[in-house]
Order: sequence, then C-alpha cells, then structure tokens
Amino acid sequence: MTDTPAAKRQRPLSPHLQVYRLPLPALTSITHRITGIGLCAGTLLLVWWLVAAAVGPEAYATAAGFIASPIGLILMFGWSAALWYHFFNGLRHLAWDFSAKMLSLQQSYSSANLVIGASIGATIVTWVLVFAL
Amino acid sequence: MANPTNSFRTPLGRARGLGSAKLGAQHWLAYRIASAGLAVLTVLFVALVLGLIGASYEEVVATFKKPYPVILTILFLGATFHHAAYGLQEVFEDYLHGKLSKLAAIGLTKAAALVLFLLASFAVLKIAFGA
Repeated sequence: MTDTPAAKRQRPLSPHLQVYRLPLPALTSITHRITGIGLCAGTLLLVWWLVAAAVGPEAYATAAGFIASPIGLILMFGWSAALWYHFFNGLRHLAWDFSAKMLSLQQSYSSANLVIGASIGATIVTWVLVFAL
Repeated sequence: MANPTNSFRTPLGRARGLGSAKLGAQHWLAYRIASAGLAVLTVLFVALVLGLIGASYEEVVATFKKPYPVILTILFLGATFHHAAYGLQEVFEDYLHGKLSKLAAIGLTKAAALVLFLLASFAVLKIAFGA
C-alpha cells in the first residue's frame, strides 16, 4: 500500500539541514546551544583573569592587556552578546518549563523576537557602560 | 516492581534494565532551579565586572578583599561551572553515539569544570586572605 503513487506524493520529508531554512523558533533553539558552548569557552578567560590577579601584578597586566587588545575586545564583545542571548532565551525556556504558557506557534515567534531584541539591547547597554565607565 | 501502574517505564524496559535512569525528573528540576539562580548571579557579577572596567591591579585586588564581591564571585563560579557541565553533558548525550566516547566526554567535562571552579575560587580566596 505504500507503493501507490498518491502515498508517495504525500509522504512527508524530514528537513535536510543543508537546504531547509530553519524557522525562527528552531533558529533560536540551536543558537541557545551554540552560545552555551561558546560561553563555556569564555569561562576559561574568566579563570585566567582571576588566577592572574591572584598571581601578581605582571601576570595581571598580561591578562588585562590581552582583554583590552583588539582580539580581546572582539572576543569580549562576542561573549557579551552570547551571554545576553543565552540569558534571555534561558528565561524564555524557564517560562515555558514552569508555566506551560506561551507555547503556541505564534507566541513562540513573538517571544523569539522579544529575546533577540532584548539581547541586542542589553549588549548595546553593556558596551555603552564599558566605554562610559 | 514497585508500583508499576504509576511508572512511565514499560514492563519490557524494566525487565531489560534499560530506559529511565530513575532520577530524570529530579535532575530536570534541579537544573532549572539552578539556572534561575545563575540568572540572578549573572546580573550581579556583570555589574561587579563593569565596576572594574579600567581599574588598576591594586583596585582589583582591593575589590576581592571585600566580602560581598568574593562571595558573589564564588557563587557565580559554582553556578556557572555546574550549569556548563550539565549543559555540555546534554550536548554530548545528543551528538555522541558511542557509549565509551559519550562516557569519556561527559566525565572529562565534569572533571574539567570541577578543576576550573576550584582553581578560580582558590585564586579569589588567595586574594581575599592574602597579604
């Protein structure tokens, strides 16, 4: 019965990731995981900074110098954006897990947009503070 | 088996000893409560770090000699590495399919998270209690 042409036409295909454009809720989901892995790498810099401060002024100058270098600043910018994205999308997941609300397709799109807006806003505010302070 | 009608495990799964590791719901809930705590600590720690922008070595050391920054930093480190280890565990569980590679990756991740947490916490305490 599965050989009939009609059944063949109607058979759904699972999305091929190479050609399938992920819908926004799926994009926010995989971005949560990617930013999480990136933030794990970022903890290494945090540990380096704290250990350097404990070791002494020369070690601290090396770590602080790296953070203030162009590469360091680009990394810090990436980690701050990843942190705020993971933070706000994490709150979105907590809201889903504990209230079982906002789970409709339309609401998942609007909460995704809210998360993206909030993380861009928080990243901008963070860097305004960095250069103002 | 105890209370089979109340269990989500199938009789075949029970007989084979496969399926749920039995602490799933507890682990799920604990991870989420810890995440909520980490969210609060993250805001506080970011505020602490923003306050140290442009600070000299002496100012950073002076900050970590005060009780609240030290306690906040160690709490933040603990919650962060706990969250990171369990988050990476989920990633490995999803993408690694060999039993041994999965076990090794998760084990090494947890060991690394523990070592990094102890290293950073010891550093903070060394500044706090050092001369």
